[in-house]
Amino acid sequence: MIRNPYRTQKIAFFFLLLATLLIVIPVGLIVVIIIQKGLPAINWQFLVDMPRQGMRAGGIFPAIIGTIYLVTGAIIFALPIGLLAAIYLSEYSKDNLLTRLIKLAIVNLAGVPSVVYGLFGLALFVVFFKFGASILSGSLTLGIMILPVIITTSREALESVPYSFREVSLSLGASKWQTIRHIVLPNAIPGILTGTILGLGRAAGETAPILFTVAAFYLPQLPNSIFDQAMALPYHLYVISTQVPNVDEKIRYGTAFVLLALVLFMNLVAIIIRYRFRKKKKW
Amino acid sequence: MVKFQISDLDIWFGEVHALKKVSMAIQANEILSVIGPSNSGKTTFLRVLNRLNDLNQNFKMTGSIKLEQDDINNIDPELLRKRVGMVFALPLPLPLSIFDNVAYGVRMHGKKNKKMLKDAVEESLKEAHLWDEVKDRLNESAFKLSGGQQQRLCIARTLAVEPEVILFDEPCSGLDPISTAKVEDAMVKLKEDYTIVLVTNNVKQAARVGDKTAFFLSGELIELDKTDKIFTAPFDKRTDGYIRGKFG
Repeated sequence: MIRNPYRTQKIAFFFLLLATLLIVIPVGLIVVIIIQKGLPAINWQFLVDMPRQGMRAGGIFPAIIGTIYLVTGAIIFALPIGLLAAIYLSEYSKDNLLTRLIKLAIVNLAGVPSVVYGLFGLALFVVFFKFGASILSGSLTLGIMILPVIITTSREALESVPYSFREVSLSLGASKWQTIRHIVLPNAIPGILTGTILGLGRAAGETAPILFTVAAFYLPQLPNSIFDQAMALPYHLYVISTQVPNVDEKIRYGTAFVLLALVLFMNLVAIIIRYRFRKKKKW
Repeated sequence: MVKFQISDLDIWFGEVHALKKVSMAIQANEILSVIGPSNSGKTTFLRVLNRLNDLNQNFKMTGSIKLEQDDINNIDPELLRKRVGMVFALPLPLPLSIFDNVAYGVRMHGKKNKKMLKDAVEESLKEAHLWDEVKDRLNESAFKLSGGQQQRLCIARTLAVEPEVILFDEPCSGLDPISTAKVEDAMVKLKEDYTIVLVTNNVKQAARVGDKTAFFLSGELIELDKTDKIFTAPFDKRTDGYIRGKFG
């Protein structure tokens, strides 16, 4: 049979489209189902009320607050350390076997299952440092989990600043740190922010790392300090879906909706920041 | 007066022997043109004078380079680069406004006084023959300027830190003839106050602006003499061959 280039093109087009749809449709379905089943549960009461009757009624306020605390804590810990490490790796470290091993290790850390981070946090923060199951332990554990994401994206952002800018700055007699501070960092900020917010989204959604380190099963009050336990959205969702009988479906999907909205909102912020910086980019 | 005294300079990048036993003196207030085919070591030679080669971790040098009395390896690189400025092959404005580009080096050396910065920027832009074209748009991005304007901006930026020597690395390679003429004019004016080393692939440019011309081939300095002499009666027949366009 003579191959008909027009037909092969059509076949290729069909499979490419099919593959794309296979990705888009499940994502779309998840969003649609959660909105459809979760939205009716959403009202002011649900968002700002304590859970009542063994989580079968009332709201999810402490879980929302807990998640916000945990995410904030994780970022306060992970962003400075991640950024400094990224600056060291991209600007100062010599290109040798050790550096390459470290970079490889960091990339691979991003792929470690989150439950492993949870156990690590239990051993190190809860038990060894005696922080107990607390917001501090949970934040640090989540922080360590998102460090590789922040380091890798920040490094890429720093390395995407053209080398010639560095040479120009140095040739004018600026020191290496001045060059980083005034030329490299300002131009890497959008990439760094994007990585940070992606890390935030991940920290907000993970259950396993907070399972042993902070999450309270049922705690209808707000935490008073970083040494208190707290509820968190992903764990709360797990609990009311599997551990507590007879929870109204509406509450479960409502919780899922709030979690999804929180993560999507963070991603949206990342996109807007990146877009605004790209427009400002001058080269 | 001798600005740079270079003795027995050898440079390696890893296994590559980039410059071989180069010795020469660079006189103050002169334009020295450096010509030679690609890979002859002329840019390496230029970048060793402000220690920009130090950024390459495979870089090794032996021999000595003295800026006036001091060995350049005993001068802080930041201070050396303040004294020995550089203009690169392509116009490379920093992603800042026109004003901030020129003020950048001055600020990095600790001057923050607004009035002083403004004066330094204006003076440098005038010296680079750019002031009249940009004086009303100093806060615009430097990337809005044309290629030739950008290159003169880079010259102004280098001048603003008040160097003693300016290194030009093929500064006109990306420019049209009119912009080239403007940059050359600026260079000739500048030699009254500065020492200039000009690496160029354009043999005619070397003939037009250079007081002296050095010819490099495969990492060796073949010949260094007054530009007239090099272009009329070169000592070495390889120099003659290169400037007549027989190889390179």
